[in-house]
Amino acid sequence: MAGKFVHQSIKRNEDPDLITGKVQFLDDIELPGMLHAAFKRADYAHARILNIDVSEARKLPGVIAVYTAADFGDYIKPGPLQVPPPTAIKGATYTARTTLPIAVDKVRFSGEPVAVVIAESRYIAEDACDLIFVDYDPLDAVVDLEKAAQPGAPLVHDDTGSNLAGHVFQERGSWEQAVKESDLVVKRRFFINRVAGAAMENRGIVVKWDALAKEMTIWCGTQSPIALRNQTAARLGLFESQVRVISPNTGGGFGPKINTSMPDDVLLTYLAIKLERPIKWYEDRRENFLATTSERDQVHYCEIALKKDGTVLGFKDYFFHNSGAYNPYMMTIPLNTQTHTVSNYRIPHFQTEFNLVFTNQMIATPVRGAGRPFGTFVIERMLDAAAKELGMDKVEIRRKNLLKSTEYPAYTGIIGQDFVEGVLDSGDYPTALEKTVEMIGYDQFRKEIQPRLRAEGKYVGIGVACFTEGTAVGPYEGAKITVGGNGKVVVSTGISSQGQGHYTSFAQIVADQLAVDVKDVKVITGDTGFFGWGAGTFASRGITVAGTAIYLAAQKVHDKALKLASKILEAPVEELELVDGVVRVADVPAKFISLGDLAMRANPQRGVMEPGAEPGLEAIAYYGPPYGATGAGAMAMIVEVDAQTMKVKVDQLAMVHDCGTPVNPMIVEGQVHGGIQMGIGDAFYEELVYDETGQLVTASFMDYLFPQASDMPAKIELGHLETPSPLNPLGLKGVGEAGAIPTPAVFAQAVEDALKDSGVEFTQDTLSPSRIFTFVQKAKGG
Amino acid sequence: MAQKVKINLTVNGKAYQREVEPRLLLSDFIRHDLGLTGTHVGCEHGLCGACTVLVDGEAVRSCILFAVQVDGSEVRTVESLGTPDNLHPLQQAFIEKHALQCGFCTPGFLMTIVEYLGKNPNPSDEEIREAIDGNFCRCTGYVNIVEAVRLAAQKMASH
Repeated sequence: MAGKFVHQSIKRNEDPDLITGKVQFLDDIELPGMLHAAFKRADYAHARILNIDVSEARKLPGVIAVYTAADFGDYIKPGPLQVPPPTAIKGATYTARTTLPIAVDKVRFSGEPVAVVIAESRYIAEDACDLIFVDYDPLDAVVDLEKAAQPGAPLVHDDTGSNLAGHVFQERGSWEQAVKESDLVVKRRFFINRVAGAAMENRGIVVKWDALAKEMTIWCGTQSPIALRNQTAARLGLFESQVRVISPNTGGGFGPKINTSMPDDVLLTYLAIKLERPIKWYEDRRENFLATTSERDQVHYCEIALKKDGTVLGFKDYFFHNSGAYNPYMMTIPLNTQTHTVSNYRIPHFQTEFNLVFTNQMIATPVRGAGRPFGTFVIERMLDAAAKELGMDKVEIRRKNLLKSTEYPAYTGIIGQDFVEGVLDSGDYPTALEKTVEMIGYDQFRKEIQPRLRAEGKYVGIGVACFTEGTAVGPYEGAKITVGGNGKVVVSTGISSQGQGHYTSFAQIVADQLAVDVKDVKVITGDTGFFGWGAGTFASRGITVAGTAIYLAAQKVHDKALKLASKILEAPVEELELVDGVVRVADVPAKFISLGDLAMRANPQRGVMEPGAEPGLEAIAYYGPPYGATGAGAMAMIVEVDAQTMKVKVDQLAMVHDCGTPVNPMIVEGQVHGGIQMGIGDAFYEELVYDETGQLVTASFMDYLFPQASDMPAKIELGHLETPSPLNPLGLKGVGEAGAIPTPAVFAQAVEDALKDSGVEFTQDTLSPSRIFTFVQKAKGG
Repeated sequence: MAQKVKINLTVNGKAYQREVEPRLLLSDFIRHDLGLTGTHVGCEHGLCGACTVLVDGEAVRSCILFAVQVDGSEVRTVESLGTPDNLHPLQQAFIEKHALQCGFCTPGFLMTIVEYLGKNPNPSDEEIREAIDGNFCRCTGYVNIVEAVRLAAQKMASH
C-alpha cells in the first residue's frame, strides 16, 4: 500500500549524525566515577574447578575487587528461559539447563567466565585477569554432535543422564504412505555449520545505580530491552519502574544481542549496587567469538519420496541440533529449521524429528537466518539429488512442486518458533522463480554459455533455489505517538534498533497518517523509560509487528485530532481533512488549525474536561498477529571455479524477494544485500571450528574468515515482487534475513554444477577451496 | 602505575600535549583521552578497520598503534571531515547511496577512502573493492559502499 511516504526510497533520518560520528555507541559512554570490568575466562572446554586463587589480582593497584562464584552466594542461579518451552507441540520433551552467569565447580565451555575483575581502568582489569590462577581437573570434552547424543558420552551436565536437551517429532500426512506411493526414494546425510553473528560492534553494558533515587539505568545494545529490564528487576527484587534500559546506537545485532541474563548483565547490575559506582564492560573480539552466542552445526538424515515425473510425495528429516553448553533459547533454531524445510513446496507427507544436544561449546542462539538456512539447505540439496537421479533439470523439479499463487493461505501442519501452526499467508512463489531464472539468463547459460566456456577449459556453473522467510511472529509490539506543541511527532516503541533504519521507516508510516514530513517525526526505540511493553527485535519482525502498531497508534491520533478540531472549527468530522500538518475544512481551506495548536488545546490547564476525554494528541496501540507473515523468493548464482585451486568466484547473483509492501525500498534492498553477504560467508568459509578438546580455533578475524568487499559478487541484481500480506493493514512482511537463507544452497548447487564432470556432490555447506578439493578427490575415488 | 610519557601531536588541526602510559593504544587515546568517539573499535587486532584514522596523511589502524608512536604527528579522524549540516562529499555520497546501516564501521571506511581518493581520484569498481577490502562491514554487503565511492569520486572531481 503506497502513500506519500510509504513505499518511497527516502534518505534516512539517522544518517547525518551517524556519518559524522555524532552519535553515542555503548563504549562512547563515560560516567563520573565509572569502573571497568573484565572477565577471567575458562581455558578448558570441560573441567572441574579445583581452586581459584585471586590473591595476586586483588593486590594489583587500581583493582577494586575480584569475584568468583563463591563471592556471590545464592545470587548465582541458572537464568530464566529466554523463550517459552515447547509445550504447544504434542509429545515434545526438553531438559532446560540455562545459562550460569559464572562457572560454579565446573566449566562447560572454553571462554565461560570463572571470575570477574572490577578496576579503575579496562587496562588494569585485564592485567588482573592474568594474575588469577585457576586449578582445573580437565574432563573429556563433548564436541562431536552425534557422539554427544550417544549413550555413555561424557555429560555436559552431570545430573541429566544424557546430553539430550530436547526432542520434537512432527508429521503431516504419513511418510510411510508417501514411500508406498512413490517410484523413488533418495537418501542423504548432511552436515551444516553456521556462522557467528560477528556484529562490528561487540556486546557491552554500562550500569549505573542511583543509591538515593534507588533507580538503575542500564545502557546496553540489546535486541530485547524489555526482557533485560524485567529480568534484572526480578533478579534484584526491584520494580520494573526502578530499572530503565536504554539501547544506545548499536553497531549491528544479527541475533546474539537478543540474549539477556548473560554473565555481564547478571553480575554487573549486582556489583553496581554493591559498589555504588557505575561499571562498564565492553567485550573484545576474542570474547565475542568465544563466549557470546552463535549458531552451530546440525546433522540431517533426509529422505525424499518422488514419482518418476519429479512430483515430490514426501520428505523425511531426522536431525541433531547442537545447543552448546546451555539451552536458554530452547528450540527456536531447530523449530525454524522444521518450518522452513517444507514450506513453499507442495509436499503432502512430511515427517520431521530432531534431537537438541548439549555439547561443550558456546551457547547456540539465533543468528540472522536462525535455522531457516538449514531447512532450506536440506530441501534444496535433496531436490538437486532427486533431479540428478531422475535426469531432470534443476529448475524444472522446483517448478513442478512449488505452491501456486492461488493456494494461500496454506496450512503447513507444522508448529514453529511462535508455537502456532505455520501458515503461508500469501505469496506468488512460481513468479519469483520464473523472474529469477529470467534475470540470471538460465536457459542461455545452460544452452550456450556453459558449453562454450567449458570447451575453453573454464569451470562455470549455475545454481537456482527457492526459499521462504517466516517473519513477523507474535506475540505483539506496541507504540505510543505524541504530537508536540511544535507540531512535530514523537513515536516510541519497545523494540530496539541495530541499524535497520527504523528512525526512517517508522517515521514514514507516521508521516503518511498524520500528514507531516518524515523529518518531523522523531522515533525512539529501545528505551524502556519511554515505552515499556514488547518483545524485541528478532525474526524479521520490526517493521511488520512494531510498524503496524505504529500505524494503528497514528490512526488513533489522527482521529483524535479530527474530533478535537471539529469542535474548534465548528465543522463535522466528515468535512475535515488532515493536510500538511493542519486540520482544515475540506471546502474552506482557510478554516484550519495546526496540529501543534491542537496539541496545546488538547492539554487544557484550567476549566473542566469532558467525561471520558483523554488529554493530548497522543495514543497508544498494540498489534499482535495470529501467525507470522511469510516472505519468499528465489535466488540464482553463476560461479566460476578454478580447477587447480578450487577458488570460487561468484560472477553473478540474481534474487527476487517478496516482502509485501516495502515501506522504504532503498532500506529493503540494503537489508537484502547484507543478508546475501552473510549467506556468502556462510556458504563459503565462515566457520567456527572447534578442535577435539572443545577449543575454538577460529577466535579472531585472522582465523574466522569474514566476507570482504572482494568476496562479493561483481554483480547483484535484485527483483522485487509484492504480494501484500492480508494479516496487517499495510500488507507488510519482514525481509531482514531473506538474503542469508538460500545462499548456501544456491552456492553448493552452482559449484557442483561447475564441477559436474567430476560427479562431485556436496553434502555440507561452508565450501572453502580446501573442502571443495577434498570432496572432488573423494568423488574421483581419491 | 607505569611511567608516563609526554607526547605532542595535532589531532584534526588542534595541538595536544598529553602524558600517557606507553602501552595506551592510539584508538583509546583518541576516544577516551580526547573524547573523539567517532572513531570506533571493532576487533582490537588490526583486522576490521573500524578504527582507521589518518596519521600524517596515511590511513592506519589506531587499535594496533600506541599513542606514543604518533608523537609529533598529525592525526585526522572522522570528526575532521564534515558536520551534519555541512557534510563532506564522501559523506553525502554514503547517505545518497545508502552505504551505511548501523554506522559503526563507517568512520573507518571514510578515512580509508578519503586517503585512497586522494591518491586515485578516478578508480574503477575493481580498484574500489580492493581499496576497501581491509574494512569490514556486516550490514551492507559492500554493494552500496562501492557505489558511494564512485559517486564521491565524481562529486570530489567537480568540486
